Amino acid sequence: MSYLFNTPEDQRAMLESIGVGSIDELFAQLVPDEARLHRELEIPPAMSELELTAQMQSLAAKNTACSSRPCFLGGGAYDHFIPAAVDALASRGEFFTSYTPYQPEVSQGNLTVTFEYQTFITRLTGMDVANASLYDGATAATEAALMCLEATGRRGRVVVAGSVHPEYRQTLQTYLACLGVELVTVGALDGTVSAAEVAAACNDQTACVLVQQPNFFGCLEDVEAIGMAAHEAGAMFVVSVDPISLGILKKPSEYGADIVTAEGQSLGNPLHYGGPYLGIIACKSEFVRRMPGRIAGQTVDRRGKRCWVLTLQTREQHIRREKATSNICTNQGLFALRATIYLSLLGPHGLRETAELCARKSHYARSLLSTGTRFSSAFAAPTFKEFVVRDNAGAVEQLLADAEQEGYFAGIALGRWYPELADCFLVCVTEKRTRAEIEGLASVLTSSPAGLTAELANHHA
Amino acid sequence: MRNTRALSPIFELSAPGRRGATLPASDVPYAALDDILPADARAHALPDLPEVAEPDVVRHYTCISQLNMSVDTHFYPLGSCTMKYNPKRNERLASLPGLLDLHPYQSETSHQGMLQLLFELQQMLAEIAGLHVVSLQPAAGAHGELAALMTAAAYFRDRGENRTKVLAPDSAHGTNPASAAVAGFDAVTVRSTPEGYVDLDDLKSKLDDQFAVFMITNPSTLGMFEKNIRPIADMVHAAGGLLYLDGANMNAILGISRPGDFGADMMHYNPHKTFSGPHGGGGPGAGPIAVREMLGPYLPAPLVAFDGVRYRLDYDRPKSIGRVRSFFGNVGVLVRAYCYIRTYGAKGLREVSENAVLNANYLLSKVKHIFPVPQGERCMHEFVATASKIKAERGVSAMDIAKRLLDYGFHAPTVYFPSTVKESMMMEPTETESKETLDAFANALFRITEESPDLLHEAPHSTGVSRPDEVKAARQPQTSWPKA
Repeated sequence: MSYLFNTPEDQRAMLESIGVGSIDELFAQLVPDEARLHRELEIPPAMSELELTAQMQSLAAKNTACSSRPCFLGGGAYDHFIPAAVDALASRGEFFTSYTPYQPEVSQGNLTVTFEYQTFITRLTGMDVANASLYDGATAATEAALMCLEATGRRGRVVVAGSVHPEYRQTLQTYLACLGVELVTVGALDGTVSAAEVAAACNDQTACVLVQQPNFFGCLEDVEAIGMAAHEAGAMFVVSVDPISLGILKKPSEYGADIVTAEGQSLGNPLHYGGPYLGIIACKSEFVRRMPGRIAGQTVDRRGKRCWVLTLQTREQHIRREKATSNICTNQGLFALRATIYLSLLGPHGLRETAELCARKSHYARSLLSTGTRFSSAFAAPTFKEFVVRDNAGAVEQLLADAEQEGYFAGIALGRWYPELADCFLVCVTEKRTRAEIEGLASVLTSSPAGLTAELANHHA
Repeated sequence: MRNTRALSPIFELSAPGRRGATLPASDVPYAALDDILPADARAHALPDLPEVAEPDVVRHYTCISQLNMSVDTHFYPLGSCTMKYNPKRNERLASLPGLLDLHPYQSETSHQGMLQLLFELQQMLAEIAGLHVVSLQPAAGAHGELAALMTAAAYFRDRGENRTKVLAPDSAHGTNPASAAVAGFDAVTVRSTPEGYVDLDDLKSKLDDQFAVFMITNPSTLGMFEKNIRPIADMVHAAGGLLYLDGANMNAILGISRPGDFGADMMHYNPHKTFSGPHGGGGPGAGPIAVREMLGPYLPAPLVAFDGVRYRLDYDRPKSIGRVRSFFGNVGVLVRAYCYIRTYGAKGLREVSENAVLNANYLLSKVKHIFPVPQGERCMHEFVATASKIKAERGVSAMDIAKRLLDYGFHAPTVYFPSTVKESMMMEPTETESKETLDAFANALFRITEESPDLLHEAPHSTGVSRPDEVKAARQPQTSWPKA
């Protein structure tokens, strides 16, 4: 086998040093017979690199890559441009075959990157402290809510906007149910939530209010008013953002966020069918000791030289065990690295331009898809890079399947999460989409025969 | 060869007007920005990021990468982390556009190949575990623990049983009790014997009607296969509880012993350890969980299902605990695990564990003459040596030895974990190291014991930095670069 070293001669010499006659004898001394497997595993036989390559290529060939056609899918996983330098640098073995910086002397590369990453996140969000990353956007939002339960001592309720990503809310629900905390969802019938309804949903045991900006529908929430409502109720204000949007939108610190979370996949990370992604979390300094996960900090070495280490570790599970702020052990180091390289390459102008291109192109797509009689914008609120289209023929599934036949990943049907939006789909337009692709999408959708026999007038006059 | 820029963070390289990426001009009809995004929602200033050219970025990250030790460059016997070789073929194959560029919400018809891969992985992981149903959703080992404990809680709730306690040995990873707490259980510690086995009397005394799950790491963090695992499983089941297997050390028992066969009801894998997913400087990992049939309905949804013709995501699982994250799972890591398992096949996986255990025992046979190994003459894939003798005699600590090893070009073992052994050094060589490397490492350990304590207290001497002041870092936390 290509990855193993021990020749029969090596094994003989090693067994002699150990003082056993054979590997079988060694295992017989270690594993009780009643716990041994006395047959071979039923998994397919070994493959050479050549055979494996053929196998993986055949599996890959049964998939349609988003990169092979115009992709208008979003919903928390985005097809943004990734500069070649991100892949080239992140694939260095010194980065991707290293581990947690338990020995900072031989981990300054990773520690420097983590420190840079934390700096980028604090600057983009306006928060004081960011950690080294969490699993994904859903768990980051959930961990933020758990922080709020501890920080406020209010363990009764979490209030979440119905316009937060449905899978984030489901994740939150799973965790909160274990702790006996009530999750109250505020409806977003117009595509956004109202501050008054948020205020009404809060009681004196509400730990936090969680909203997404832009929200799952792409709409901008009135975050200032919602934040004020949360604070007036004595609750903390948690905002989940799209980091690309921070190239053009206000920092969450400017509208009162206490904790900011995000899905960082947009920042130079491939789609990879939903993971691994990058959970971003940042908070005001007063909450740092409740922050989950690893944090890098600056210090000096014994000779006074500037360097970086993991710090504030007394929050963490390997020291505090069941009293830790979270059970999280690892971070998403490789994806935080990619985000750091991505943001370094883009710089202030590149991030602004990316955000602006998303906004302009999706605005154009939205206008094309709300001019005719068949389609309309489901919501009036301003949107960033995604928007919800209502199919007045009410044939969303067939429409999207037809568009796929025509070579377009046109959007995401919303009915599975929002029954009341069964006639709606979510369209995402990133900086990668061209005018020709956008116009092609509009043309394919508009000319789709799906649902045309239905009574148009019955739908949303 | 001096790497002079190495310790400057990227902010010190910034100069106004430089940029590392350019974007195309907008090609859509012009609209005023105010008509797209209201002015009061927009930022007043550009984002506060450094301005650097692409060559700056490339040189900076290349240079700082060289400040890391890694499996590609060094022997990395970090106990409990399974720092084995990460095959290059897996990187290339996981990056095929047909696997990499898949959106989690694209239609099932457009990614049958990915679903097939994940379905087959579910089956292979079930077979290796000796268990029945697998969820690939959790994002890391600790996340798998949590998801499995939530699954157990749902199982008991459904049976109308109110069980509140989760037990774990004192030698367990800190994630075990932490996961128990997050899942809403009370964490209770079970003592280990000096040899590193579960103290059966202590366990027995804690198996009351509040007891839900016993989390055991087998082989243990001390590198011992729990000799009483069957009686333990019987005791746990007789008390109406479930046995959870922390699969951190599966690298020792692939094809040799199956958790389901020795009585575990649920377990997680660490594919980034056992199945060679790269550790990535601290992640990503993945944490698939395998469970016995009766627990299957409660697993996080969706699972991948196959009707003989088509693969699909099965969300129709009414008893499921729900989601523990967004999207399907850490698919990038899972694809690499699939490549790894298919590369080795059934026989090969067994050889992996045989050689991992052989290497560890060989290293133990060399090290025990230098540092005592309290657990004895044999180990599974790793063992824990102690520096307490040299500490008492000459004041040299496990930390000193760890730091000095860096000078010899070896990553240090895990030190001071588990805390049940004083001055512990946990060594896990893995199967992807040669006898020559193990000899050289043992030789370095021996030479270190002959060096002057003063030299060792100040080690490492050859690295760019030495003994960072961790107290200062924690007392005056500076966790980001100050603004200009």
